[in-house]
Amino acid sequence: MERRKFIRNSFALLAPTMIGGNPIHILQDHPMLDTALLATSSNNNVLVIIQLSGGNDGLNTVIPISEYSNYYNARTNIAIPEKKILKLQENDATGIHPAMTALQNLYADGKLNIVQSVGYPQPSFSHFRATDIWMSGSDSNQYLNSGWAGRFLNYENPGYPDNYPSAEKPDPLAIQIGSLATLTCQGPAVNMALSVSDPGSFYNLLDGSNASVANTNAGYELSFLRNISKQTNLYTARIKAASDSVKKQVTYPDNYLASQLKVVARLIKGGLQTKVYMVNFGGFDTHSGQVVASDTTTGTHANLLKVLSDSIAAFQSDMVGLEIEDRVIGMTYSEFGRRIVSNGSGGTDHGSAAPLFLFGKNVRGGVFGNNPTISANANVNDNVPYQYDFRTVYSTILQNWFCVNATGQTEILSKQYPLLPLINASVCGINDKSSTFAKEALVYNYPNPFTSFTKIEFKSKGGHTLLQLLDGSGTILKVLVDATYNYPGMNSYGLYGTGLTPGVYYIRLQNEDKVFVKAIIKM
Amino acid sequence: MPAAPQSSPLGINTYQGPWSYSQIKHLLNRTMYGAKAADINYFKTKGVVAAVDELLNVPNSLPMPPLNDYNTASLTDPNVLPGATWVNDVSLDGTINGYRRSTYKKWLLSVLVGQERNIREKLTFFWSNHFGTEADTISYGSMVYQHHQILRANCVGNFKQMVLAVTTDPGMLRYLNGYLSTKYAPDENYGRELQELFTVGKDGGAKYTEDDVKTAAKVLTGWKIDAAFNAVFDSTRHDTTNKTFSPYYSSKTITGKTGASGALETDELMNMIFENTDVARFICRKLYRYFVYYYIDANVENNIIKPLANTFVTNNYDIKPVLKQLLQSEHFYDSLYIGCQIKSPIDHVVGFLRQYEIVFPDAVTDYADAYYLYNNIVNQLIYMGQSPVDPPNVAGWPAYYQAPDFNELWINADTLPKRNKFTDLMIETGYTKNGKKIIIDTIKFAKTVCTNPADPNILIDSLFAFLVSTDIDASLKTSLKIQLLLTGQTSDYYWTDAWNLYLTSPTVINFNIVNTRLKALIKYIMNLPDYQLQ
Repeated sequence: MERRKFIRNSFALLAPTMIGGNPIHILQDHPMLDTALLATSSNNNVLVIIQLSGGNDGLNTVIPISEYSNYYNARTNIAIPEKKILKLQENDATGIHPAMTALQNLYADGKLNIVQSVGYPQPSFSHFRATDIWMSGSDSNQYLNSGWAGRFLNYENPGYPDNYPSAEKPDPLAIQIGSLATLTCQGPAVNMALSVSDPGSFYNLLDGSNASVANTNAGYELSFLRNISKQTNLYTARIKAASDSVKKQVTYPDNYLASQLKVVARLIKGGLQTKVYMVNFGGFDTHSGQVVASDTTTGTHANLLKVLSDSIAAFQSDMVGLEIEDRVIGMTYSEFGRRIVSNGSGGTDHGSAAPLFLFGKNVRGGVFGNNPTISANANVNDNVPYQYDFRTVYSTILQNWFCVNATGQTEILSKQYPLLPLINASVCGINDKSSTFAKEALVYNYPNPFTSFTKIEFKSKGGHTLLQLLDGSGTILKVLVDATYNYPGMNSYGLYGTGLTPGVYYIRLQNEDKVFVKAIIKM
Repeated sequence: MPAAPQSSPLGINTYQGPWSYSQIKHLLNRTMYGAKAADINYFKTKGVVAAVDELLNVPNSLPMPPLNDYNTASLTDPNVLPGATWVNDVSLDGTINGYRRSTYKKWLLSVLVGQERNIREKLTFFWSNHFGTEADTISYGSMVYQHHQILRANCVGNFKQMVLAVTTDPGMLRYLNGYLSTKYAPDENYGRELQELFTVGKDGGAKYTEDDVKTAAKVLTGWKIDAAFNAVFDSTRHDTTNKTFSPYYSSKTITGKTGASGALETDELMNMIFENTDVARFICRKLYRYFVYYYIDANVENNIIKPLANTFVTNNYDIKPVLKQLLQSEHFYDSLYIGCQIKSPIDHVVGFLRQYEIVFPDAVTDYADAYYLYNNIVNQLIYMGQSPVDPPNVAGWPAYYQAPDFNELWINADTLPKRNKFTDLMIETGYTKNGKKIIIDTIKFAKTVCTNPADPNILIDSLFAFLVSTDIDASLKTSLKIQLLLTGQTSDYYWTDAWNLYLTSPTVINFNIVNTRLKALIKYIMNLPDYQLQ
């Protein structure tokens, strides 16, 4: 059947329905599926969020080659052999897990950005709480009932869901693929994401099949209700038509994550104006058996990372083929990283900060931030302290990808967060900040290790400068400096060891968009 | 998938099968508005006969009457103080009566939500729908109240007495113009509906004639409403001629009577109509559709309707023996009928409020805030297409009689989302008045319906068993557990730990960790089409 005709017919299947008591004929006046007519909003950029559930082991994902011997000592039973680590182009200090050859290539193409040690102060080690913090964008000791993306979508669509869908906004604002709508897209009152009731039904929706019912009168009435329910979902026809309209895609690997991303690619190309897509990929809670002991480059974690890497690469290649890579970026995150020191079960326990990937044509390729510092005698409770607050990443996406202004960002995230140079400046026409890829060390201390006193010297480029003392688990013990300097230059702070138990501590400097973390050792 | 409704070959023999959660919930869903966990538990040890007997044992005492909640700076009821009842006060003031009708609905909701463990409210609603009066048309609040009180007080009593009482009820006289009917111009409205809708019916092939309608109208002339809102018989307006009916009524002649005796003709008319067993069959079919399922084929007609009708006639139209027989029957408990009714808006909303044991302010001592909150619920019912005591016309709501769709008529692309939005709202924000909030308490709910909420498998099983009557796929339950309770993890202890941590340390954050996940799960279940069935 001719495509246009098919689309028209599929719309005709929808009975007239009622919105606000008024009958309307859904979408019949809006042949939106022609891409030429699509997405008239000022910015039609799309964000794809890949949630890695369980807490991904960041240190075996992005490996600090510069710290290799300490890394190896801390986790000998799971460490990736140095020679097996995949090198990143023009970067000797940092490498990635050998299973991620596809991401290595993406990096070489300048389409992968690795943000080091993303986290937040006073990290939570609970899956639930940490997930809620990431999804809501809250402080560690604060509970928010809405999600960061939900507040963004509500900011752009304050009237939702009354009178949605409309001619201007015919599509779901956000879509959670293959699972249920989460806190991420919870708005102040309603969830802004399309919640597909039955996790299987999304695919049923796309292929038209129906779940079975019992051979009773309840089964008979349930079939009736399900049919109405499908009609009721005002977005159903749009989604199905968008999905059906894309006939040619690259070959995706055969796994759950890739199958979700494949649907996302179809829906974006098919013309949905949806801005946020969320997919979920679980199994990262690798307390034991993270690697195969005889070959630490294989095993559970390697398999997970291969799926992740291959799926992202296939998706990105599809974006190119579908000619939509200009307006799509992706972001991975996990509720936390894992402990620096491995455990006796060949795994790792819950940790704190971890690297995060951004991918797409319009992200700035490279590694942003410094390798985490690993102490030579790392303790079982030691954690990677955060360099970048995860909300600085959200803030950057909001302002430099969705082009929300600073006022809007503050409204969405409760306070102003600095921008990081993660996204091509041209997207929202902002000033180039490429110089902030800080490779140089900004914090020194002497003596180190220390017993009673150490002098900390830190370099500020001027402007707001924050110097914090963190313990090994990433908890902020003290704010040493919180000042605004009029001029660039070196400054110093004298730290006494009184009251500090022996062990690893971190000095974290945050100077505008620059962050540096330095490990210090109290004897 | 079943292509059509099916009927059970089982008849009215007393049910002998297992008496467990499913059967008890089924009985309660059909005889009350929703089942509280404690109600289900209560009947576990009773067995079918005792349970049905108890539900049919309706107390004589009636709820406290509705109160004046409508005085404002710009409106004062001259006769009734705020917080006092208006049901005995005669007022002709249109504005005040508008408020009284509105108050009646709020009050009715308080009665439905607070119903005791018996069939009274569910059955009173049946009769309200059966006689189909519209409060808006009756217009006087006190008449609306008295009309429904007749039904409430007689709900399990004698049907013939009920029809007689309704025939001379001021509310009905007003609604179907009986009070205007005189010997000079007999109004046929009530004479018609009495036969077509209230007694012999027309769906069973009753062969009464148009002349029977006119003749009945003549019998009923003379009834009017006095200034005190009492029904009185005015013999000067009564047609005193002899009234002869068609062969359908055995060509019965009601001899015309003069003076006060003219009112006795109404009794004779009732006797004549109730001689006809079509009355019993018509009412039994309607009861069957209301309590079991709308589908009646030859099977059901022969095995259920006929024996029930026989019981009805044998007991001189006492209602209770019929319901006892139906609700105890093996037919009623056939798995074909478990969960097959699409909820009416009142079933959905009131059932919801009772399932979650939503606590309203006291409707007497704190009536202003209580009525305010109940008004939100009334508005929800109106959105969903069922304004209480205001059916679309005298036939009642089409969902109870309109073949072939019957209660499927409640559900369309407009009303289904509204049902979901209501339950969503009651999870997310609820309603608040003067700091009193009606909202789902997820934790209390989990503890109420589940013996061990710390175990995510037991919790999900319990929630589904309590909230829906259909079988839910095990893979869906697992998927919900992982996605919603375990936040993507596969180890059950993550939920167990979170739940136990909340119990031992109920901080705001620990509460929210558990609450967020329970909310998502409960919301999901109630958004399933399955939740629309009872």
